Amino acid sequence: MKIEILGVGCPKCKQLTANAEIAVKELNINAEISKVTDIGKITEYDVMITPAVVVDGVVVSTGKVLSKDEIKEILVK
Amino acid sequence: MIKPIIDWLVYDILKMGHGSLFSEALNFFLYDAVKIFFLLTVIIFVVAIIRTFFSPERTRAILSKSQGYWGNVFAALLGIMTPFCSCSAVPLFLGFLEAGVPLGVTFSFLVASPMINEVALIMLWGLFGWKISLIYIGSGLAIAIFSGLVIGRLKVEELVEHFDHKKQTCCTQSTGVTFNDRIAYAKGYTRDLLKSIWMYVIIGIGLGAWIHGYVPADFLAKVAGRGNWFAVPLTTLIGIPLYSNAAGVIPLVSALTEKGVAMGTALSFMMAVTALSLPEFIILRKAMKLKLLIIFASVVGIGIIFTGYLFNLILK
Repeated sequence: MKIEILGVGCPKCKQLTANAEIAVKELNINAEISKVTDIGKITEYDVMITPAVVVDGVVVSTGKVLSKDEIKEILVK
Repeated sequence: MIKPIIDWLVYDILKMGHGSLFSEALNFFLYDAVKIFFLLTVIIFVVAIIRTFFSPERTRAILSKSQGYWGNVFAALLGIMTPFCSCSAVPLFLGFLEAGVPLGVTFSFLVASPMINEVALIMLWGLFGWKISLIYIGSGLAIAIFSGLVIGRLKVEELVEHFDHKKQTCCTQSTGVTFNDRIAYAKGYTRDLLKSIWMYVIIGIGLGAWIHGYVPADFLAKVAGRGNWFAVPLTTLIGIPLYSNAAGVIPLVSALTEKGVAMGTALSFMMAVTALSLPEFIILRKAMKLKLLIIFASVVGIGIIFTGYLFNLILK
């Protein structure tokens, strides 16, 4: 599984990345988390409000700092 | 309703005499703080629910369809309703352009969105009254529409960076939103927003109360009164680096108007604080050539300064 966190380095994106890391660890799944800060890539996903979460190429959340539980819920699906 | 309770608390429970500088300042502080936080909680919550009906995707769809001047008008109006944080300025800006929203219309949105927001409006309403907050909304909309029209006319599309016309709307998952989702979103949004601004509000009201109690009336009349022509451009410039503290700046300005700062000058200062922000410029530089950024700041700045002079002339 590939999780991408989209955002231009604001504090919210860092918080979201940290939450995602905890979620992945607690679920004990094999997922690679990467941060995307390149504007071109963010607009390619057609995301307008950051931070956003992309799982395997699909945008699952925009403009929200998801809690670790919310991330878990998305990942389990 | 709040006033008698605060009076009772300060004068009867704490046994402070009427008319002492400290008791007046404390009374002023408590009254404003209670009033503002009550308004903030209720109104941010209501606005957040309304906002769930205007996602950026929907706003963009409306704007890419509207024709001519109406595009700018709608953009400014929708700018009020859309959540905006300066860290989203760039993806929002490019996302609009790539969907075919004209540059001028996108700018109208970009100006209105941070300038006319619910926090600024609540603070204005609570501290200056509804007339001033309506004037603020009206002139904010006018500046946003005017700036967008001017920038649209200039034909400066080549100054946008990272912009390719190939549009990709492949990946956004749209899910049904229930009423409970909207309530949950509004609750979370209100809590997060209050958490991030409460300290500025307290500091702003505190300083305001101190000025109210301790600074002599007319202290600033000479420096920033109606007679001083350069007060408007100067306060506009001072407003630029103060963005994130908008919540704290308004109570401060409210107290300063009591001490002789002219209303138009105060309005242009508050508009500069919200609409022109240094951190936002730095972020926008990633999507705009410096020249476009300077054009943007100058056009909006001129609009704000004009508004300041106008209301210094007509408001007493």
